[in-house]
Amino acid sequence: MKVASELVEGVRIAGGAIRGNKMRSGLATLGIVIGIVTVTLMGTAITGLNSAFLRSISSLGTDVLHVSRFSWFINSHKEWLKVQNRQEITIAQVKALEEQLTLARAVAPYTEWNTPVRYKNRSSRRVSAVGTTEKFQFTAGVNLAQGRFLLDTEVSGGRPVCVIGSGVASNLFLLESPLGKTIRLGEYPFEVVGVVEPQGNFLGQFSLDNQVFIPIQQMLACFTRQPFTSIQVKAISVEKLKDCEEEVRGAMRKIRRVPPGADDDFSINQQENFISTFNRVAGTIAAVGLFITGLSLFVGGIGIMNIMFVSVAERTREIGIRKAIGARRRTILMQFLIESAGICLIGGLVGLAIAYPLTFVMNHFLPAQMSLTAAGAALSVALITGVVSGFLPAWRAARMNPVDALRNE
Amino acid sequence: MPLIRLHQISRRYQMGGETIHALREVSLNIERGEYVAIMGPSGSGKSTLMNLIGCLDTPSSGQYDLNGVDVSQMDDNQLADVRNREIGFVFQTFNLLPRSHALHNVELPLIYAGVATVERRQIALAALAQVGLADRVHHKPNEMSGGQRQRVAIARALVTNPSIILADEPTGNLDSKTGAEIMDVLEALSEKGNTIIVVTHEEDVARHARRIIRIRDGLIASDEAVEDRIRPASKQPVAADAPRS
Repeated sequence: MKVASELVEGVRIAGGAIRGNKMRSGLATLGIVIGIVTVTLMGTAITGLNSAFLRSISSLGTDVLHVSRFSWFINSHKEWLKVQNRQEITIAQVKALEEQLTLARAVAPYTEWNTPVRYKNRSSRRVSAVGTTEKFQFTAGVNLAQGRFLLDTEVSGGRPVCVIGSGVASNLFLLESPLGKTIRLGEYPFEVVGVVEPQGNFLGQFSLDNQVFIPIQQMLACFTRQPFTSIQVKAISVEKLKDCEEEVRGAMRKIRRVPPGADDDFSINQQENFISTFNRVAGTIAAVGLFITGLSLFVGGIGIMNIMFVSVAERTREIGIRKAIGARRRTILMQFLIESAGICLIGGLVGLAIAYPLTFVMNHFLPAQMSLTAAGAALSVALITGVVSGFLPAWRAARMNPVDALRNE
Repeated sequence: MPLIRLHQISRRYQMGGETIHALREVSLNIERGEYVAIMGPSGSGKSTLMNLIGCLDTPSSGQYDLNGVDVSQMDDNQLADVRNREIGFVFQTFNLLPRSHALHNVELPLIYAGVATVERRQIALAALAQVGLADRVHHKPNEMSGGQRQRVAIARALVTNPSIILADEPTGNLDSKTGAEIMDVLEALSEKGNTIIVVTHEEDVARHARRIIRIRDGLIASDEAVEDRIRPASKQPVAADAPRS
């Protein structure tokens, strides 16, 4: 009851003090406003980056193992020297692996070759031809917008057919349907049998829509005898992914004749590796970013502290009066903390009001959306800033000796 | 048991390297219902004595029992509670909160005492009525005359029904007519049984009281009943009550 009525009184006084010094309070708040805007936008950008990444990474599949000569992440030159002489993965090895695995739903080779692609007088560069099998549709989770994926007969027979990405389709075919048309990869003709749904780009680096899928035999026949091959293995379930990985490791060691006790001469990559590496990097970026923007909030907090010292100094007499008629230290402390927290809370609200429309601008570059949690966090941060930066001045006020305070003019 | 019992109270201040003895082993009793004036030139230690009696300050040595409770060793917060319950201050410069209207100023001690809103309002309005300001409750200090402000201050001092009303030069910032009105109010309160202590350097003000304690150089120079008391209401000197000690 007592605390409650003191609280009400505190809010009253704080309101009066803020209203009574509009200009000063406004300027002091400005620092907090700027701080909250930058911190909120930074937070939103980081969340946006994260979700953009996860959206990209999901194209790798959560239950897919990527067996390759090298790890996706080679962290040092030393490591590179150790792994650079590993033997290539061959098509024969892919076949052998496929036969031995029991925990895999599908196994597909993946080889890539950059080649220009042409249709009539239109052409497109920066297209990669992907040599694979009909299983790729399952390992990569390919969805088709038109037509169908490669058939097993086409793959085993090495037919010159292809499935094109949506980017390739829209580049080469303006008005007509691509199905049944013959395009040229380099100088070799391929008949289009399907078009893949748009998938966007991978980490903003390369477009998954600028790919052309062809039977692996055609890759070997037309472009290279020794492609850089990796193997995609889709486990029968996410739960069995770990078991499947072990099975793949055992089988690959046998196939590639790795002596017992020697290290693997291949790497099994999965989405997980990517995410953990990304999280490390993103965590650092987030920490540094929030630290730098947090500095602006800190500066704002110092401004608040300054203004609160002024407020305490000019109300010394009032503090004396209040103490004389029975205000405890706690009461005075609370009064000034409420004032500084109030100023900061107003700053936080104004900051959010400014940051919110800005996230829509940001949304053009990143999937940025200010969440309710972020808004709540921003307000809490503002509140905490107010309490922390108001504490020293409030404490000074609370500890004032009433005799000295009353004597103050 | 006396309401106020000071036993060998000393108060020393450090000023640079020097120790200033503001009070030297002062002993003093004041009974409930007394009307006392404390007099002395500036620097005599009367302000220090008032601060000690008002629990705004604690003695360097000695014991102060207020209402049977030793307050000389209390900490800041305990003293705040004692001031809230036991002491009503009236200051020379009124010391009202400038941004608050009269009612809120008077309510303030009750807020700190934790009195509920409705009850608080009633008590505060009654106190304002008692000092003749029932029609000024929503005026701010700068909308009132000095005399009215001092009445608000008196209402504020009364509102917690304290043991002592401690007035420090209550007429110092008022013209003589208004000052007389304020002394009138204090007289009325005294007659209702309130204990009143007035600190002043004006003989005319002090002679409203029934007992005058004179302080000089940190010691009690004299402590005697007032022979020719001024009764402002009647403007007639009245025979003093029986001497007290």
